[in-house]
Amino acid sequence: MKKKQTEEGGTDRRKFLKLGLMTSLTAITGASIVTSLAAQEEEKEPTGEMIRLLTPDGKIVEVNASNINKYPEALITPEESRKGIPDRKFVMVIDLAKCKNARKCVEECQKAHKLDEHQEFMKIQLIQNHEEGQPYWFPKPCFHCDEPPCVIVCPTGATFKRDDGIVLINNERCIGCKFCVTSCPYSARQFNWGHKEKFDDKSQPYSPETGVPAAEGTVMKCDFCPDLLRQGQLPHCAKACPMGVIYFGDKNEDIVTNGEETVRFSQLINDRGGYRHLEHLGTKPNVYYLPAVNRQFPLERGFDIDEEIKERYKDVPYVQELKKQGKI
Amino acid sequence: MNIDTRKRELVKELSPMLEKSSLLSKIWIAALISIILVGLYAFVLQLANGHEVTGMRDNVVWGIYIVNFIFFVCLSYSGAFIAGVLHFFETPLKNSIARIVEITTVLSLIIGPVFILLCIGRLDRLYYLFLYPRIQSPISWDIIAILTDLIGCFVYLYLTFIPDLAILRDASKENAEVPNWRKKMYRFLAIGYQGTPSQHKRLHKIIRIMSVMIIAMAIVAYSVLAWIFSLTVQPGWNSTIFAPYFIISGLYSGIAVIIIAMYIIRKFYKLEKYITKIHFFAGGVMLLIISLLYGYFTFSEYFSRWFSHKKHDVDLLNTLFSRYFWQFIFANYFGILMPIAILFFKKLRTVKLVTIAAIISVLGIWLNKYLIVVPTLETPYLPIQDTRAEFVHYTATWVEWSLSLTGIAAFCLFFTLILKFVPAIPMSGIIDLEKGKQSKREKNNPIVTEF
Repeated sequence: MKKKQTEEGGTDRRKFLKLGLMTSLTAITGASIVTSLAAQEEEKEPTGEMIRLLTPDGKIVEVNASNINKYPEALITPEESRKGIPDRKFVMVIDLAKCKNARKCVEECQKAHKLDEHQEFMKIQLIQNHEEGQPYWFPKPCFHCDEPPCVIVCPTGATFKRDDGIVLINNERCIGCKFCVTSCPYSARQFNWGHKEKFDDKSQPYSPETGVPAAEGTVMKCDFCPDLLRQGQLPHCAKACPMGVIYFGDKNEDIVTNGEETVRFSQLINDRGGYRHLEHLGTKPNVYYLPAVNRQFPLERGFDIDEEIKERYKDVPYVQELKKQGKI
Repeated sequence: MNIDTRKRELVKELSPMLEKSSLLSKIWIAALISIILVGLYAFVLQLANGHEVTGMRDNVVWGIYIVNFIFFVCLSYSGAFIAGVLHFFETPLKNSIARIVEITTVLSLIIGPVFILLCIGRLDRLYYLFLYPRIQSPISWDIIAILTDLIGCFVYLYLTFIPDLAILRDASKENAEVPNWRKKMYRFLAIGYQGTPSQHKRLHKIIRIMSVMIIAMAIVAYSVLAWIFSLTVQPGWNSTIFAPYFIISGLYSGIAVIIIAMYIIRKFYKLEKYITKIHFFAGGVMLLIISLLYGYFTFSEYFSRWFSHKKHDVDLLNTLFSRYFWQFIFANYFGILMPIAILFFKKLRTVKLVTIAAIISVLGIWLNKYLIVVPTLETPYLPIQDTRAEFVHYTATWVEWSLSLTGIAAFCLFFTLILKFVPAIPMSGIIDLEKGKQSKREKNNPIVTEF
């Protein structure tokens, strides 16, 4: 049984906001910035009006509308970014049954994080569990582990685990020793090997929450887009996916949404047999996968892509077979 | 025997090493300096353009720099270990080769960490290690261990130099040929050591204590180095035997490098009288014992991976036995079995053959470390799906090779320069040895130390 809360009209973002509002009724302390933001956005009063806001610690206060700090747009400094969004525990669920390698998540993520062609925070791999099994498309972000091997080994604390579950990198603190890259079992991290012009573009001040601009000789990776989360929006990948593969939400509130449907996280995981990749390593990821059963698309649909990207999967035995049969 | 005259004789005999520069040595130094200059250019290039100039990319983020780092640091630990053992057990062998061992130790401990610095993307932020230290990180442990070890080895080396510096100070007093700065330097560094029995006794006591301490420090520091790899969850690294395995392989390469150094110094400075066949014989036996141990560890490491055949271990072994087949055969079969085959037979333990076995060991160890670092990074848990060849497989660029050669050249150059300042043979050691023999003869004891 899936609990659907589809609402008419409005953007995905709105829904996510309202979701925040509703849940805050049941768990007052769980309310937060998201709700206060909602209030701020929706009430467009002229200057001088008073607005009632819910503070992060659960109190309702009345403030002058002109005094409201434009929090979403405000720069989150490296120091602030270490704390995390209060009372949240972010979690992602990726439904492998729906993925057809459309690569919209990859492209949007690259655009938002100003990444180059081959730099992908979200990678789509083609995984074949065993000889008998059919391979499946496997979107792979950073897993934001609860026992992150990368954070333990960092000698300067440049990469850190926040209270809301997100693992972030402060590239102003990173010395580029690459130890975190070698200790991540999921190959989630990438290194800036040389200098690029875009690093000098200081029009957007640096914040670990956006990761922009990147810096030479430092590490970067998927960050769950905390800048969007603060605005009550879904991460770029989840927003961009046309199939609704990527669910994102809050474990504390036990709710995840892919922008179209909003479901209970625990129920989704239990009903659909959700699992975490390489569970036996003990890293406790915060990204869950729903197995690729009852697929909505045949695997071959995923090969409707650039020749270069197709070449990436040439070592998968199943692909070699498809090629022999002339199917792709 | 008059000790003073013997001292003077020794200085006379060994001082040509310090004073004259033959044409050969000039060419040698010039060649080393030119290698270093090319290396400096490569370094500037890397500093200016970033790590793009290396062959390292996202999957293989550590390349031959870290292999050299392990190699040199392991050389120093084993040097410290051997020096400590030689001194602690007062073996007669130490008196001629102790200095070679000690110089090897300190030089490699200086050069080794330079290679880890080459792996660091932002050298300008290196001080963050001390500004924002995180003690949880094995890298922090490594820094503490290496710095402690470096200081310990320096103190130890200096202590062993004191008696010789005193001898040189006394000898250079009357010698007009010795430049003034050298005289001053000898006087300053000898810190008033006169060789009186009480001074002699005290110095030896301190050296003995230090020798035990540097053995302990060497074990700690090298274990920490091995943990940088074995504490991760990567298939080829996450191994419980890595720390002892690294210590044994360090001893193996350390003994081998010392044998090679002994051979070159003996040939070049014509020291056949002091560095005798016995030294090579003993070195060969030590190398044999350690090579058996090292082979045993290597076998255990790969055998258990192969036998239990977990998926990711099998992937790693497949990489090793396909792309790295010949390297694997050379490093882990030839590099271990060949020295064993040579050194096993008493008759084959000649100066030349022992040196050849040592050279094979050194090459084997270097390749063994390469095979520990690179193929593991090329075989991550999630398969690499990439079309860019340099991101799939690692090939070192000329910048990396040039900087590696610079490390070796710097090692040789500093070695040569130190030998221009103090003789390769510790004079005080020779005197102690001869004194010991004499007193034993006087007591009519059978001569144990004769060789």
